Amino acid sequence: MTRRLLLIRLVVLATALLGVNYVVWRWLVSVNWDAWWIAVPLVLAETYSLVDSLLFGLAMWRIKERGDPATAPPDWTVDVFITTYNEPVELVMRTARAARDIRYPHDTWILDDGDRAELRAAAEAEGIGWITRSAEWQDMPRHAKAGNLNNALLATEGEFLLILDADQVPHPEILDRTLGYFADEQMALVQTPQWFENVPDDDPLGSQAPLFYGPIQQGKDGWNAAFFCGSNAVIRREALMQLGVSRYVGEVEVGVHRALRTAGSVVRSARRRLTPDELEVRRALDEILHDIGRARRELARGAPLFDVTYRFQRRVADIRRRLIAADLETVQSDLTAIAELEGLTEGPGDDLATVDLSVLDQLSDREWSPLGAVETVQALVDSVDVHRGDEAQPIMPLATISVTEDMATCMRLHALGWHTAYHDEVLAHGLAPEDLPTMLTQRLRWAQGTVQVMFRENPLVQRGLSLGQRLMYFATMWSYLSGFAAVVYIAAPVLYLTLGVLPVRAWSLDFFIRLVPFLLVNQLLFWVVAAGRPTWRGQQYSLALFPVWIKAFTSAFGNVFLRRELDFAVTPKTRGADGGRRWDLVRPQLVAIALLATAVLVGVVRAGTGHAPVLGVGFNLLWVAFDLAVFWVIIKAVRYRGPATDHSPAGARPGEPHEGAA
Amino acid sequence: MIEFKVETRDDGIGVVTPQGRLNMVAARRLKEVLGGLVGDGTSRIVVDMAETTFLDSSGLGALIGGLKSARQAGGDLRVARPTESVLNVFRLTNLDRVLRPRDSVESAFDE
Repeated sequence: MTRRLLLIRLVVLATALLGVNYVVWRWLVSVNWDAWWIAVPLVLAETYSLVDSLLFGLAMWRIKERGDPATAPPDWTVDVFITTYNEPVELVMRTARAARDIRYPHDTWILDDGDRAELRAAAEAEGIGWITRSAEWQDMPRHAKAGNLNNALLATEGEFLLILDADQVPHPEILDRTLGYFADEQMALVQTPQWFENVPDDDPLGSQAPLFYGPIQQGKDGWNAAFFCGSNAVIRREALMQLGVSRYVGEVEVGVHRALRTAGSVVRSARRRLTPDELEVRRALDEILHDIGRARRELARGAPLFDVTYRFQRRVADIRRRLIAADLETVQSDLTAIAELEGLTEGPGDDLATVDLSVLDQLSDREWSPLGAVETVQALVDSVDVHRGDEAQPIMPLATISVTEDMATCMRLHALGWHTAYHDEVLAHGLAPEDLPTMLTQRLRWAQGTVQVMFRENPLVQRGLSLGQRLMYFATMWSYLSGFAAVVYIAAPVLYLTLGVLPVRAWSLDFFIRLVPFLLVNQLLFWVVAAGRPTWRGQQYSLALFPVWIKAFTSAFGNVFLRRELDFAVTPKTRGADGGRRWDLVRPQLVAIALLATAVLVGVVRAGTGHAPVLGVGFNLLWVAFDLAVFWVIIKAVRYRGPATDHSPAGARPGEPHEGAA
Repeated sequence: MIEFKVETRDDGIGVVTPQGRLNMVAARRLKEVLGGLVGDGTSRIVVDMAETTFLDSSGLGALIGGLKSARQAGGDLRVARPTESVLNVFRLTNLDRVLRPRDSVESAFDE
């Protein structure tokens, strides 16, 4: 064990012990139940922060600082993918040229989801490949970037893929520095940092994520849980394709079970609407119900699914043809009767026998209810069977359950037993958002995506993941819940300073002697692991963006459980044309600042006039000072004017919110 | 390098025999071969894997792609005579649970 790791572990242990000691004491002794409406939220928020700190410590416990990678054999095949949708052609081409000039032999492809002739011409003029969606995607769910990559996967054939966002200009040695890890045949993915060149040193928008692209990913790496961040990563094609095929199998199995169950109720409901004299139709529906039951029994017995659905679909098709024929006879006899009655028959051949069956076929839509039911059965099973009628490609290697396809995909790779690595060396230079609106939209998007994955495929219960991997994925999701805690951390001192509401039993020596060492050692842990990397900006934003985190949580909840739209704000492609400062976007933070400032004044007056104890007010003033120091970054961000470029892409992953404790 | 032997039997069933390594490079060609057969009206296809020495997940993807085309044209695709190592690739992805490999090419469409 290196001295650094030993030191980190000692501090992790100290943080955990002091933290648990403090929070347990708070719960048992220190909660002021008389003011439970603020006391309980506060102790919950502190418990939240403790869990966050423990998960952070767990990652640091195994921090894995990989040195130089092994050299890769010279004959592996690599495809370099540059994903773009609407970025300016020149921006994409700048990345594409650098990609073409990567030293290790490879093919370069621009994955143009915008299908732009101009970009195609520019790429071809420089001998760079250009791929857009194939015809199969017409009128199908497009699945954004995941769909773009899935499409390109089937159009190329390299053993490894380097994925780059349109703005991530790679260094020539990027493949030489990453491919070596794939000597491990179980290695599926190597992630490298995202680093932004258009960000000033003081990083007003918190674009760089030095703690995430560094100790946090390295800590996850120690648990074999370093994860894919969408760009600047090399992936083994076989791992993705294996994931795609096994997901396909799983989804077809689940889908067909569900479809058959639904099919049964559709047919039964159509059967209930029949009149007693519709014998033929009733018999047909009974046969279908029988077939549905048989198919379900066969599947339950473990019969190969494609054999079952093949037989089933053919039987249903037969029955459907019979139903149409039966109905045709009815219609014809009706018409003959009508014709005879009115004497309208004008010549031979002028009857329904000349009407093409296939035309009737098309006419027989769902208003014909028994037939409609049968067709619904067919369509239902069709949409989930073999060819996945509702998707452009049966195989979708990159996950489409979330707007952050990268993390979800990687978690599934880990569940299949693949390895990943985090290589901590900047090997590409990207562009970060240069204004507040774009930055906020991007943070919201990533937070929403992460929470979506937590709701849809909670890592804590995913089979195939080790306990450490489950906790590492969960840690990232947990960190995005900090918005709720932040509200409490603002409200509690404001309530005390203005109204004298005590959330704790007393601001006593007992309290400080437990809290202060925990806070100090927690900061020490950050300081030790960061080893000179700036962490304050990240800590600020994890609290200061609390409205974003809360909105991400509520909108993802609505999306997953209530099937609402995620309701994306449109990302502005250029800086606000009006050039005005967008104070309106940070209104909750401004309200918070105003409340905190007011609380300071009122608190000082109350203490000065003897209406409040000096110790309690003093502590709360310090607390408020910390909150204000945190929120200061929001003022800075609104006033920030980026360097004079006209593009600010919104693709990069801004790490995760991270913070200390109360 | 891989070769694809293609023949259409008297009963209208197409038999495709990949000879060699069915990997990510060969996958697209297999998909084209299968798509071509279906396009020419042969929607019942047997892929005879007896001479396939290696298979990866991209190869599986091509088989599923062919299955999709065949089913959409009202037919089916059956896989026959995989070697043990090829079958292992099926098992890794659970594909064997849904797509049952047949023991012989002749009887692949018997039920």
